[in-house]
Amino acid sequence: MRKVNGRCIGLEVVSRLPRALKMSSKQGAPVAAVVEVHDLTRRFGALTAVDGVSFDIAPRETFALIGPNGAGKSTVMKMLTTMLPPTSGRATVAGYDVVRQPQDVRARIGYVPQQLSADGELTGYENMLLSARLYLIPAAERRARIAEALAMMDLTEAKDRRVQTYSGGMARRLEIAQSTLHRPAVLFMDEPTVGLDPSGRRAVWRHVQTLRDQIGAAVVFTTHYMDEVEEVCDRLALIHRGRLAAIGTPGDLRAREGSEATLDDVFTDLTETASRTGDGRK
Amino acid sequence: MIPSPTHPARPIPWATATGYATQVMAVADAEVLKLRHDPMDLVSRAVQPILWLVLFGQVMAHVRGLSGAGGSYIDFLAPGVLAQSVLFVAIFYGLSAIWERDLGVLHRYMVSPAPRSALVIGKALASTIRGLSQSIVIYVCAALLGVRLSFDPGHILGVTVLIVLASALFSTFSLIIACIVKTRERFMGIGQFLTMPIFFASNAIYPVSVMPGWLRAISRVNPLSYEVDGLRALMLSAGASQFGLGLDFGVLLVVVAGLTLLATRMYPRLTQ
Repeated sequence: MRKVNGRCIGLEVVSRLPRALKMSSKQGAPVAAVVEVHDLTRRFGALTAVDGVSFDIAPRETFALIGPNGAGKSTVMKMLTTMLPPTSGRATVAGYDVVRQPQDVRARIGYVPQQLSADGELTGYENMLLSARLYLIPAAERRARIAEALAMMDLTEAKDRRVQTYSGGMARRLEIAQSTLHRPAVLFMDEPTVGLDPSGRRAVWRHVQTLRDQIGAAVVFTTHYMDEVEEVCDRLALIHRGRLAAIGTPGDLRAREGSEATLDDVFTDLTETASRTGDGRK
Repeated sequence: MIPSPTHPARPIPWATATGYATQVMAVADAEVLKLRHDPMDLVSRAVQPILWLVLFGQVMAHVRGLSGAGGSYIDFLAPGVLAQSVLFVAIFYGLSAIWERDLGVLHRYMVSPAPRSALVIGKALASTIRGLSQSIVIYVCAALLGVRLSFDPGHILGVTVLIVLASALFSTFSLIIACIVKTRERFMGIGQFLTMPIFFASNAIYPVSVMPGWLRAISRVNPLSYEVDGLRALMLSAGASQFGLGLDFGVLLVVVAGLTLLATRMYPRLTQ
């Protein structure tokens, strides 16, 4: 398990770093945010789904968003992937503003939504071809790139079968291959392993980690499985009632609760504390 | 302060144009591939226009006042049935857009860097494939029924362009409705509610001369009337346009352009 990249950004200090330091990315400084979220807010009528959230994600970092159902994780992800405009606040992905430069953002991210987004009526290969063309991968490279991506996801055998015959895990791997064919800077995944059996879950994560190391993308995902968080991510953010309740490495968060604490304890404690005080952020 | 990212050099216009075309064709091709996997869909949709020509056409031909001057009613009806079947096929595109949203497939398109207009035009283009395949069936059926068809290459080309425009027009219209109603149930209700007036308040199955004045006025602002008028002139060997072919093509083109702009703005709403 690689956990190097997250280490360079410590607990809770990310958003307080001077902007000049964060923007030194082009000089190759270690602290260069590929996702910057500043005071991001989204309201639906009277409901504030996301309330002034700020955090940064470093390149190649694997970052988990956790929190109870309806906490605002998916809404954050929808705003970062330009699917939903924020009510206020600002976010940039790969240096582009999600509101003013959505097309530039979309060209540099991959997104695996919660629902199955591969087309069941098409074969695996046809789905890949669709993505290759939408992302304008040069015609001369398409075949080779698709073959390589399918091989990496262990889908070469199944490529000419319609996706409706795939298992849940296979379909998810196909979607991940579709979402990374253009080598994005950030791969967003909304509950990528929900509904999969344990071996399917393991296979998805094994492939994501291989892929991440190869294309050098940051991975941002939501999940309800604490074992995944513990095993896979460099850092995590806990979102509760639309606010950032905690952020740090799994170890940092466990250490807060005491030596014997598990992430489940952290999760339970923080969501309950936050409920009592009504503000888990400060 | 907004960071200034290292912008890649702006692509040259030609690359942008071919890129746009690639994205449009990617969307259209996906639809065509699905049709190729499941051609029964095309076959089953061909049944309805045949029934209109054979059953409705044969009976109504005996109604006094319907056979136009000089021509038989079946000649009059054939272009109307073609226009109708294009409408009925295209109007379901909105439903498939909602279906794609519910499945999650639409997200794959929306999160890609393809401009929204390329997605809308790609879908519209896909619907023209269905429209054109319907046309072939109707031409064969009409020829068997003795309709005096024109096979002049210029006329065939003209009919093809009209079918492409009309398919694009009604499928994009349907997409806009889908973006407003957002659920399958509501779309099914409103779809029926919309197609019937478009069809009956037109010159498709009866001449406007038998309509009351108010209905005739509606038929004059109905794009379907212009499609049918153009088809009558180009599909039949003794056909003539009432409005003028220039107006027929012009109206369809302007409406398609307007609806495409509107759909481009509204399409992203489906995934919000």
